Amino acid sequence: MTSDDAIEKGLLIDEYSQFVGRKLLVITVSILGIVALAGIAATLGSANITPLEVYSAILARFFPGHFHTTDFINTIVWQLRLHRVLMAIVAGFGLAVSGTAMQGILKNPLASPFTLGIASAATFGASLAIILGAGFVSGQYLIVGNAFIFTMLASLIVYGLAKYKGITPETMILAGIAIMYLFSAMTSFLQYVGESEEVHEVVFWMMGSLGRSSWDKAFIIFAVTLVCTLVLMILSWDINALGAGDETAKSLGVNVEVVRVTCMMLAALITASIICFTGTIGFIGLVAPHITRMVVGGDHRFLIPASGFIGALLLLGADTVSRTILAPVILPVGIMTAFTGVPFFIYLFLKRRKNYW
Amino acid sequence: MVRITIKNLSFGYGSNKILDDLNLVVGDSEILSLVGPNGSGKTTLIKCIDRILKPKGSILLNGGRDLQSMSRQEVAKYIGYVPQSSSGVLSTTVFDTVLMGRKPHMGWRVGEEDLDKVVEIMKLLQIDKFALKDFNELSGGQKQSVLIARALCQEPKVLLLDEPTSNLDLKHQLGVMETVRSLIKKTGVSAVMAIHDLNLAAMYSDKLLMLKDGKIHAMGTPEDLLTQDNIRSIFGVEAVVINNFDRPYVVPLGSLKGEACD
Repeated sequence: MTSDDAIEKGLLIDEYSQFVGRKLLVITVSILGIVALAGIAATLGSANITPLEVYSAILARFFPGHFHTTDFINTIVWQLRLHRVLMAIVAGFGLAVSGTAMQGILKNPLASPFTLGIASAATFGASLAIILGAGFVSGQYLIVGNAFIFTMLASLIVYGLAKYKGITPETMILAGIAIMYLFSAMTSFLQYVGESEEVHEVVFWMMGSLGRSSWDKAFIIFAVTLVCTLVLMILSWDINALGAGDETAKSLGVNVEVVRVTCMMLAALITASIICFTGTIGFIGLVAPHITRMVVGGDHRFLIPASGFIGALLLLGADTVSRTILAPVILPVGIMTAFTGVPFFIYLFLKRRKNYW
Repeated sequence: MVRITIKNLSFGYGSNKILDDLNLVVGDSEILSLVGPNGSGKTTLIKCIDRILKPKGSILLNGGRDLQSMSRQEVAKYIGYVPQSSSGVLSTTVFDTVLMGRKPHMGWRVGEEDLDKVVEIMKLLQIDKFALKDFNELSGGQKQSVLIARALCQEPKVLLLDEPTSNLDLKHQLGVMETVRSLIKKTGVSAVMAIHDLNLAAMYSDKLLMLKDGKIHAMGTPEDLLTQDNIRSIFGVEAVVINNFDRPYVVPLGSLKGEACD
């Protein structure tokens, strides 16, 4: 190789490194955005506190000697607001990661965490608990347990049906649609026989809300999402290869069916662990991956985490708006996600010249 | 250097046999072109060699190890596959597409030698100019070069190409075939390629394999195989074969009466 060649080669590698660096920058900026927004979100509410007081209260817990706070602010931040903020972050992150994985393995821009009939299965599980009081677990976890179990049940049925015909995007999507209609019909039946108050509760559950948040719930979602996201990231090269077509992926050494099923189950597990506590929060899992793909491109090594952080930002933003826009009335966040996210999505969609998908 | 010996290879869906007991050898630095009518099993044979499909029989490397007993990952280190069309590829840059070819060799992190290999192969195929361009924005010929580059990044011993010139104009057909030919001679890799154009096959192949109804009709040099009789019995086409700069050149005259056109 001549020295000119070597220089040219180095330049190309540098250019690629910069290209990768820009993606890491997007991730860093979104993390900073989340931290900033979390501080602002925790200041909003009936008691007036400043962002500085919020950060001091948070840091005082970890470095008691260096930061000071009052009992009043400490209680508001730690017991009333911060778990909801954290829940919004982890739920937004999880739904976005789940949506990214589903779009990647199904190679379909319309795929979302709910593609496999998951949302209607969860709604049916919740309706069963609310209207008939029936379910797999008893007591206060009846609704949560039902929603979780039916969600996982739906994804297992989809897997079973698809397995029978070969695990391709088409079979999975069609099986998912069938399951979705089945559970929707069963939910409609329950609503038909239910009392109006119960039906109202079901409808409210379907809108999705972070109002029932707690530290325990946020921690469960955090743990499940963290583990599943790490596994999905390990599989990110395989998901990239699936994007080039099943045959090419196989020729590159990917065990296509195993990867597809593993990713589907991980995405379902993340989604189930979130929506069993929050109800079906739509939009984030569909659109956060799109927004992120427009900005960082289609490489899942970066797309998965970046999409998670953008999703967290979107849900936290939507929840903050839903708590404040008609205060003291708090709107269900499921209503706000689309209102806050769509303008941003359309802006990027129109501004991008290239086909990002 | 690798010689591939295919023994008793069969494949079918249920009772419908697509490939029936094939036996053949692909030598070092050799381009073997598979020719035959639609449905004769060319693409199926390519997919069987790469184990995208699961055939019966054995595919031996240098007469020893059987590809059939290897894991997917291991097969990917020996066999590079260039698919027929690039449809359904999600938006990604040329660099990332080629880098994907390193998958059988690398872990999650991209090493320096992987980047070096990608750049080296992109330069070899002259696609380094649009390294960071979106794959879907390239022309047909450029896309084909990128897909060949991806397969080469696997550092395979055998390159499988499924109709690499379909959808290309004349200049790009020749360009892609010349690229493949010079790569084969430069790297010592051998190539098996499914191709429809008999004259392109004659120009660039060392050997031809004529397939009909999933069976080997004949195998040999283009000069030996491209005869009036063979073309009549394989394709049901009346043709004359003329000598064109020491290469056979097939001029079709018309399809034979009574033969169904598929």
